[in-house]
Amino acid sequence: MATVQLKQVRKSYDGFEVIKGVDLTIRDQELTVFVGPSGCGKSTLLRLIAGLEEITSGDLLIDHQRANDVAPAKRGLAIVFQSYALYPHMNVADNMSFSLKLAGIPKPERDKKVMEAARILNLETFLDRKPKALSGGQRQRVAIGRAIVRDPKVFLFDEPLSNLDAALRVRMRLELTKLHRQLRATMIYVTHDQVEAMTMADRIVVLQAGIIEQVGSPMDLYRYPRNIFVAGFIGSPKMNFMEASIAQVLQGGSVVVALANGATLSVPAVDGMAGAGDKVTVGIRPEHISLASSDGISAQVQTVEHLGSESYLHLNIASGELLTVRINGETTVVPDQQVQLKMEPRSLHLFNKEGSTMRSLPTSTA
Amino acid sequence: MIISDQELSQNVVPATATRRKSWRDSVGVLSLKTPAISALFIWSIIPLLMTIWFSFRRYNLMAPDRTGFDGLGNYRYLLTDPSLALAIWNTVLLVGSVLAITIGLGTLLAVLFDQEFFGRGIARLLVLAPFFIMPTVSALVWKNMLMNPDNGFLAFTMRSVGLKPINWFGVAPLTAVIIIVAWQWLPFAVLTLLTAVQSLDGERKEAARMDGAGPIAMFRYIIWPHLGRAIAATTMIESIFFLAIFAEIYVTTSGGPGFASTNLSFLIYRYALMEYDVGGASVAGLVAIVLANILALFLMRSFARNLDA
Repeated sequence: MATVQLKQVRKSYDGFEVIKGVDLTIRDQELTVFVGPSGCGKSTLLRLIAGLEEITSGDLLIDHQRANDVAPAKRGLAIVFQSYALYPHMNVADNMSFSLKLAGIPKPERDKKVMEAARILNLETFLDRKPKALSGGQRQRVAIGRAIVRDPKVFLFDEPLSNLDAALRVRMRLELTKLHRQLRATMIYVTHDQVEAMTMADRIVVLQAGIIEQVGSPMDLYRYPRNIFVAGFIGSPKMNFMEASIAQVLQGGSVVVALANGATLSVPAVDGMAGAGDKVTVGIRPEHISLASSDGISAQVQTVEHLGSESYLHLNIASGELLTVRINGETTVVPDQQVQLKMEPRSLHLFNKEGSTMRSLPTSTA
Repeated sequence: MIISDQELSQNVVPATATRRKSWRDSVGVLSLKTPAISALFIWSIIPLLMTIWFSFRRYNLMAPDRTGFDGLGNYRYLLTDPSLALAIWNTVLLVGSVLAITIGLGTLLAVLFDQEFFGRGIARLLVLAPFFIMPTVSALVWKNMLMNPDNGFLAFTMRSVGLKPINWFGVAPLTAVIIIVAWQWLPFAVLTLLTAVQSLDGERKEAARMDGAGPIAMFRYIIWPHLGRAIAATTMIESIFFLAIFAEIYVTTSGGPGFASTNLSFLIYRYALMEYDVGGASVAGLVAIVLANILALFLMRSFARNLDA
């Protein structure tokens, strides 16, 4: 098993930089998820690691060996593509053993490895079928099987579930997590779906515009987003943001902020850089706002979305900003109703003008 | 993993919705189809029937008084004519060689032109150019400017390296025709095969690269199987045209010397318009149809697998 290290890795196409100096260590046996909006460079980063694109500058170390100039097939990595990229004229067994055949491994050994992978993936009965006779989920498993037989140091997944329907995607997500535990392999997984990232990852790498915004465990990112981008990207529905200014700095680092509608909130444990009058952004997740009977921030309900187990209220607060609140499914709130909101001070996030968090982060989050 | 085959079985549609066409419906559909079918019928079946009719008649324009039913006379005359066997052999040789050259070289060029290189756009345009030249014109260019033994470019080149120039149309007339036709049709093969190469999924090539495929293994296991259908289609289309090659032979060798470069279509021409023997030409035409069908059957057999893939 293996580690992957990136040191100041950059990639540019015709002078246009898409990966802008990435430093990252992928630890042994961890499932690391690269997540970010489309065009953030997450797939490019994966392809740089795989060797399908050339690194413009910086170092790639696989198991502490510099691998920049090693041919893709010699890096000991296997990749599962979004389109599966199966060979249509070969049956399942030949698809899986193609790399072994090219490596000159004798047939009995090839067959043994294919059978082993087929057993793990429950594909034994499909070995002599052609890919076109398989369903989407089965093709996906063949693509994974093709990676398994190579016994790679690192598995790379490039948005492998985005071609599947919603129900199958949830199931394959669980299967992949299970497979990761079973194989105890190092895996890098690229997705644009923050739900996949949250549910599968040991560590998440959030990327935007070619730079790493934050690296950490799913819950660390959820609790301690380092900036507005991560705060808004992780979590669904997305975090609410309100413009505000600091009204007062209290002893011990807490501050009182004034919202645009005049309401004040106190936020605990802010780093020492805050001064009265600073413009800030207050963030709070929909699940951390509750309805109060009185004495809260008043708001008017615009729409109510019932999901059964829970409901989302979309509200206007007096300043004109739109908030989303997540409450229980049996709510009787109706549109146009006036409600009072209560926000838990400990769940408030405060971001400065540059969008960075003003809370002191625990050391485990980078 | 524990995904069962439910995914597959769930998609089975119950076969209760059997279609039962009413009598009125099929009459309505038939009346709409009739114009197309009758046009096709007039187009293909009537000429065929007339050819068969003429083949049993004594019908020579030089002897208008000698007409009437001839039985198998025309057949006996043609099938014992040694030029027929030679014409069939020439046709097979011509079609086979040009197919081999255009498909073989075409595949190579298609893979080459799929790569990025400086001046690719111009190179692609140049390789396609011969296809835009009329067959008669290109045959004239080859005959008078390239292959002419006295002042042709090939003769000049051979002389300048101290070799004796080849009298192409005298010594190797069929080879000369094969070269001319291959030159004309190579662009077509390159065009269809290049399109096929370009339609190959990029991720599939990358997957093969990750699996350790070098350029040769990539061609052997990924690109070549992918080209199967395009090659089958190109072979069929080209065969149809190559069976009927005429202009190139007419312009360059007129089927000679002797019958050395006479193919079936030129033989028909010889019978019909050089000897004015319509009956004999009709028999030769029927032989050409039989030959085309044998070839088609052979092609279908070997490529049917590729076509429904």
